[in-house]
Amino acid sequence: MTTDTQYAPGSYPDLPPPPSTVGVVGWLRANLFTNTTNTLLTVLALYILYVILPPVFSWVFFNANFIGDTRESCDGGGACWVFINSRLSQFIYGFYPEAERWRVDSTFYLLIALMIPMFMNSFRHKAWLGAFILFIYPVIGFYLLAGGVFGLVEVETTQWGGLSLTLIISIVGIVGSFPIGLLLALGRRSKMPAVSTFCTGFIELWRGVPLITVLFMSSVMFPLFLPEGVNFDKLIRALVGVTLFTSAYMAETVRGGLQAIPKGQYEGAEALGLSYWKSMSFIILPQALKHVIPGIVGNCIGLFKDTTLVLIIGLFDFLGIVQAATTDPKWLGFAVEGYVFCAFVYWVFCFSMSQYSQSIERKLHTGHKR
Amino acid sequence: MNETATGLQSKLEVSDEVIIEINDMHKWYGEFHVLKNINLSVQRGERIVICGPSGSGKSTLIRCINRLEEHQQGKIIVDGTELTSDLKHIEATRREVGMCFQHFNLFPHLSVLENCTLAPIWVRKMSKVEAEEVAMKYLERVKIPEQALKYPGQLSGGQQQRVAIARSLCMSPKVMLFDEPTSALDPEMISEVLDVMVELAEEGMTMICVTHEMGFAKKVANRVIFMDAGEIIEENEPLEFFDNPQNERTKLFLSQIIQH
Repeated sequence: MTTDTQYAPGSYPDLPPPPSTVGVVGWLRANLFTNTTNTLLTVLALYILYVILPPVFSWVFFNANFIGDTRESCDGGGACWVFINSRLSQFIYGFYPEAERWRVDSTFYLLIALMIPMFMNSFRHKAWLGAFILFIYPVIGFYLLAGGVFGLVEVETTQWGGLSLTLIISIVGIVGSFPIGLLLALGRRSKMPAVSTFCTGFIELWRGVPLITVLFMSSVMFPLFLPEGVNFDKLIRALVGVTLFTSAYMAETVRGGLQAIPKGQYEGAEALGLSYWKSMSFIILPQALKHVIPGIVGNCIGLFKDTTLVLIIGLFDFLGIVQAATTDPKWLGFAVEGYVFCAFVYWVFCFSMSQYSQSIERKLHTGHKR
Repeated sequence: MNETATGLQSKLEVSDEVIIEINDMHKWYGEFHVLKNINLSVQRGERIVICGPSGSGKSTLIRCINRLEEHQQGKIIVDGTELTSDLKHIEATRREVGMCFQHFNLFPHLSVLENCTLAPIWVRKMSKVEAEEVAMKYLERVKIPEQALKYPGQLSGGQQQRVAIARSLCMSPKVMLFDEPTSALDPEMISEVLDVMVELAEEGMTMICVTHEMGFAKKVANRVIFMDAGEIIEENEPLEFFDNPQNERTKLFLSQIIQH
């Protein structure tokens, strides 16, 4: 108390905080050793890590075998990554003919090349490029993969598989379901009874059935309703099913964001004379979508993992092909390596999506969250 | 703000041209009769202040003028266009009628400048450069050009309301509606907004303000309208209105707000 009086009123300086509340020591105190319970939990957690981590590391790295061609190379007692190595191209391309695999590569490289300018701030024609990617690229991609034109050998979709099939289904599903979901969300909130009834019915119908049912319907039931001779490709039917299924979830996620926009924003836009579509595109949706980025990315991650269900209609996605490889008599007994690798790849993709969504959130933050 | 009421009043002219005409207008919220038999004619250049106890329908009335609320009976004609459910007419009216809200309703995801240029670009079809010039002109008039690149969330309440006024002015409206523009502000920010509104009146803008700022009413308004329970109870010139209220309810209202 006495030290505080040495300053005249109005001249009290800014003092540094007490040393024990900042830096490493401050962090440790605040997060790990706040009180007895937390200290005990910290010690317990450290013990559990001590018990678990060394065997895991020695299985994955120290005792594992990475080099070789046959199962005889695996003698270290740890994981046998040789198995993954020797099957890697099959895991990526499925049963796609080996000589034609450059087509799969070029399809993905083309997409990446097209996407790069979209992330550059200086690129001016994003709208045109975006439209190209949305409408023209899928056609190019399809013919590149399926062939049958320009002298490309036809590759039936039943031969597609592996990680590339997983990516195709996910990308088509995500890109297709987003605009459909957006329209459904707007439609469900529409004042026109016909529109809102249709959208509500559509959403509730698709959300009410499991994805497996949708896939079964698309592959088994749907052809029965078609006239004889008319047939769509099994993969295309599955893609449509997955897209519509996800769009119902997208719609509800987006609608959640729309509900969160205060009435004043609609009125502010209306009072300026903006039409419905203009106020939606410039005022309401940009804010609503920003609120629901975590939900949208959640849907995308869910879809990415749900693609494994196409296995039941006879398409071999990434998980399917890994599973098939583990039953190969030459490599029996390495299922754990297969599944761990599979889990790791899925995790890398999902975690990247999650990180990307967080970076968008930071970029779009305009300081109005108080 | 020290200018005498008569001094400012005499400078402002009202033309004969009628810009808003409301005839026998009624509005219901479901069963509830909010606006009863409203008759109001506003000439170009008029500054009208509407006051009354809360729930008396004053906000609802001015929100009917740009059809943020729908009326069920009677006629509202704004600048020669009758407001019906015809969307084209509604949008045409909204282009000519600016509005400022109690809670500003700025667009938080757009910068101040973008808030001001959005409607001119997409509704008035101005070029971006031209719209930005106009926006900067009005932001200077409301005395915050230096905030143009900030986001609304970074401004104080008074600054936000001035941006909202500038945003409306960028559409060069024929009429400005103010719905309690100072009610959500901290006391020290009220005058900066009122100053802008006074200047606007001096430039001849037709204004209809719902407000409890009686000083502003005395200084700027050429007519004060008192509403209670959905009806226009009394209207008069400000001096007469405040010094010599006729209706009992007006007297009660004025005695209540002046006591505090």
